[in-house]
Parts: sequence; structure tokens; C-alpha cells
Amino acid sequence: MFRALQFTFGAAIVIFLLMPIFAILPLAFTSSVFLNYPIPAYSMRWLHELTTADVWRTSIVNSLIIGGGATVFATVLGTLASLGMRKGALPMVGLLRTLFLLPMVVPAVVLGVGMQIFLVRLGLASTYLGVIIAHAVLCIPFVIVSVSAALQGIDPSIERAASSLGAPPVTVFRRVTLPLAVPGVVSGAIFAFATSLDEVVLTLFVAGPNQRTLARQMFSSIRENINPTVAAAALLLIIGTLCLGGLAALLRWRQKRSALKTAPSAI
Amino acid sequence: MRPFIQFESVSKAFGSVTVVNALDLAIEKGEFVSLLGPSGSGKTTILMMLAGFERPTQGAIYLDGRRIDHLPPYRRQMGVVFQNYALFPHMSVAENVAFPLEMQRVPRAEIAERVERALDMVKLKQLKDRRPSQLSGGQQQRIALTRALVFEPSVILMDEPLGALDKQLREHMQLEIRELHKRLGLTIVFVTHDQSEALTMSDRIAVFNAGRIEQIDDPQIIYDTPRTRFVAEFIGETNLIEAKVASVDDHVARISLGAGLSARAHAGNGLSAGQTASFSLRPERIRLGAVPEGSNALDMTIADCIYHGDHMRVQLTRDDFSLVARCERLAGNWTVGASVVASFDPSDCTVLTQ
Repeated sequence: MFRALQFTFGAAIVIFLLMPIFAILPLAFTSSVFLNYPIPAYSMRWLHELTTADVWRTSIVNSLIIGGGATVFATVLGTLASLGMRKGALPMVGLLRTLFLLPMVVPAVVLGVGMQIFLVRLGLASTYLGVIIAHAVLCIPFVIVSVSAALQGIDPSIERAASSLGAPPVTVFRRVTLPLAVPGVVSGAIFAFATSLDEVVLTLFVAGPNQRTLARQMFSSIRENINPTVAAAALLLIIGTLCLGGLAALLRWRQKRSALKTAPSAI
Repeated sequence: MRPFIQFESVSKAFGSVTVVNALDLAIEKGEFVSLLGPSGSGKTTILMMLAGFERPTQGAIYLDGRRIDHLPPYRRQMGVVFQNYALFPHMSVAENVAFPLEMQRVPRAEIAERVERALDMVKLKQLKDRRPSQLSGGQQQRIALTRALVFEPSVILMDEPLGALDKQLREHMQLEIRELHKRLGLTIVFVTHDQSEALTMSDRIAVFNAGRIEQIDDPQIIYDTPRTRFVAEFIGETNLIEAKVASVDDHVARISLGAGLSARAHAGNGLSAGQTASFSLRPERIRLGAVPEGSNALDMTIADCIYHGDHMRVQLTRDDFSLVARCERLAGNWTVGASVVASFDPSDCTVLTQ
């Protein structure tokens, strides 16, 4: 009886979480010009519109450029930060870690206002570089969390062993630490890309008309001329995110499996 | 001339905690020395200082006449075997073993040949393409050992390398390591908290307690004539006897044990009549029944008799004085409450300095 209740409750929550997504997706295939039910007939016209109309096409390209740039920035900086915070050599590592993770909890609006003022000063407002930097700030915490977890999983005696076998510190890093941390770095990069992909608020503040991303374009098209292209764009975003999420899950699964296997089997 | 490895009044403190205290230790080339002690006695810290992962707070460490305590680990040429093996999980067995040779920039063809030869030595050549995760604990252990040996380091350091193996495999590996030590003439420093491991494998054992060496000697001397109370209790099992010295005559002391009993015991230098001292008497040195010529004989009562498979442990008392004896099962039948004569040679009852 109690188990049945548990199951029903769980199922209800899942449905609640997924319903909005299921509600919007069929509209990507409507033939009507309105974003509403019932769907008169199914057609591919809005998906076609999405891939041919200039505004939508450039916004998709912009999303890829900005997402890619932010991912590279965030992955490099986040990995370096994780490496730095790993060894207990730094004072106040706990405080530093909290600071690095702050962009995750600070309201994006606050971050956006501050970032806009800052980027105008630097002359980077309404430039690709400016948007990439702003997105990277949001992405770095995800990289740090993921890479730190991977580094924590490395047994320090493995690096000591390498060192005792004649490897200077740079070689230890290149041959041992980095290869073992790669799964964490890659899954951090995936999260970074996904974060940049659906970022709207920060983009509204720092991006100019030339850096309109897909998410930003969806946002404005809802206000200006609402039509089912938005649903088609949503479909595209969801498929993209699902692919990235699947990739991250696959990586994590492989990492866990190899971590289980490296534990000495006699213990 | 300096010994091969020398610690010269080395101290190590972590914050306000002194882990190693003014340690002097000399190890000769080709020697197998065990550092034995309970956890927290500083033995692993000493090994880590020798390997270069920790720097002494004070003092100097020499290897082959050269001072090494300021050198980083990768310039010390020591093969370290860790407790959890520390194999590189992302490399194959052959790549693991080749790693130290690559670091020494040995030519490629020679690396392949030496890896092959080294794996042959531990009879694991057929596993060379496997990942460490696909090996059993014993196999991983052997690969770790091979990796530490293959670049012909001047010293092999082992930090409780057999701790994770089950009993049978551990005993097998003990013999294998001992055999390698003899065949290759290796200098080995071996850290363990397992006294039987230290007794079987070592040329010499250094017994550590609270950052100091209590005694360093060959295994038989350590076992038969422990110098301090700590050594007597840590290695094997013993009867600790607090006794008053009645007289001393030519290294033989007459001691009164209490309950009206007295015995002769082996006395070191510096023992004088009238003082109280501690003595150690191993349970297996006590005989029940027959009294050979020249041995001590005590009239005792059997308080308890415990079955241990291959031997019996017999608890003997007389008033407030008690002893534990370890007897062969076939040596006789003892009934609780019966009187018995316990005898032991004066040389088996040795004085402890602390």
C-alpha cells in the first residue's frame, strides 16, 4: 500500500516536471500560425522556417560560437582553479572554493547588471568576446565541481609513485594526473556548454544585436511576433541538451566503473 | 666511511607534534631492514623522508656518502612500493613497468627487452597487456614490485606492501620478496606493523615506539633478549615480571618473585642488589613437569587451560603471582586446580632496562 503511494507520488512529480516540455514539443510540428492547441494538421514548415530564416539561423550559429568560446574559457580556467585548490598548499581553500562557486547562486540579474557595467568599461560591451566572458563566469563553477570530483578520485600515492620512479612534477602532471582527470574535465566542459546554451538573462544585459543567441532569440520572438518557430527552436534545444546530458552520463558511468575497478581487488 | 644509508639525528615535526625524534639509523648495502612499530610510531614518516616525500625538520640523511635530504623524490633513485600498490590505472602492465625506464631515457628497444625480462622474473609476462584493474591483488603487488625493481634503484622502500593481501598470499609474497632480496642483493627498507612479517623477512629489525628506536637487532636477538618492556610486549607474547633483585653474581641475578618464590635470571650490566627490575619470560620457554638440571623450579597451581589447536595455554598462579605457559598438546594433560612444577632456564628470563 505504502509502496504504491510512493510510486504514484514519484510518477506524479516526474509528470509535473516533464509536462511543460511535452506540451510545447508537438507545436513544433503544427501547420497553424498560432502557438496553440488543437493542432489542425502536422507540417514541417516551422522547422523549415527555423533553419532558413536569417534571424534564426544566425542565432543558432551565435549560440554555437558563444557556447564554444565560453566552454573553452571556463574549462581551462576551471581546471586550473581545481588543480590549484587541490593540494592543501593554499590558505583558506574553503573560502576560495565558495567564491568560485558563487556565480551558481548569485541571481543572474545581479550578475548581468554588474557584468554590463564592467564590460562597458573594458570596451567589450556588445562584442562576442564580452558575451563569451560573461557566459564563462557562469560556466566555471560547473567545471570546478566536476574536475574537483575527478581530482579527488585520484589516489595521491599514484602521483608519489610516479615521482619516485623518476618523473619530475611536470611529467607527473602530463603523464598521470591529467590523463586521470580527463573524464572530469570533459564532463565539466559538457555542463559548461549546456549552461551557456540556455542562458538568457545575462545575454540580455551584455549582448548586442549581433550576438543574439538562440535562447535570446526565442525570448524576444515570444514578445514580438509569437509563432510556432519558438516551439521548433525549443525542440532543437531539448534535443541538443539531451545529447549533451547523455554524453555526460555515459562519461560518468565509465569513470565510476573504472574507479571501482582500480580499487585493489583484495580489499 | 659512512654507512650506505644514514640518518643523522633526524627529527620530524608536523606542527607541534613530533613524529620522529632525533633518530640515528645506519643501514648497510644489501641489508634487509624492517621498521616495525604500532601505527603512529613514526615508521612510515621515516620511509617517506627517505623517499623524499617529507623533509626532515632537523638532521641529515645520507645515501652512499651523499647528503640527500634536500633532493626531490625523482632524483633519489629509490624504488618505492606502496601499501595500495599505486599502479597507474590508465596504463597497461607493460607501460607501468616501462615508466621508470622512460624517465631515465633508456632507448626504446632496450626498454621493451628489460620490461620483458622483469615481467618474466615475476612470472607475469602473459599479463603485460592487461590493465591493473584486471589483475588480482597478488598480481598487482608483484607488478608494483617489478616496477620498483626494473630501473635498478639503489634502494627499495616498501610501505606495508602486503597489508592488503590475505594471509596465505601474504606468506607466499614474504618468501618471494626474501628470495628476490637474496638473489639480487637488494637493499630493502621495509615498513610493517606485523611482527611475524618482520621476524621472517629481515636481516635486522628496528622496533619503533613514539618516534624513537627502542631496539635494533637481528630478529633472533630481538625476540630472545628484548631490551625494553615495549619490545618484549610488542614482539610475540611474554610474561612481564616485576621482581626485587636479591643478589647479583656474574650476570646471574637471584630475584624474588613474590608469593615466597625466587628464581635466577639473566642480568645485564648495571643491575645491583636491592633494586626492583622488570624481567621478560616467553611463555613457550616454561616447561611443566620435568625439571632439568640447573633450571628454576616454581611450585604453581593451574588456574586455567585454554585450547589453541596446535598448543595449549596454561595459566599458572600462586597467590598474587601468575604466569602464562605455552605447551605442546602432547606434552601432557593438565587439570585445572592441580599443582604443577613450572621450570625455565635462567638465561630465558631476561632483564628489561625500561
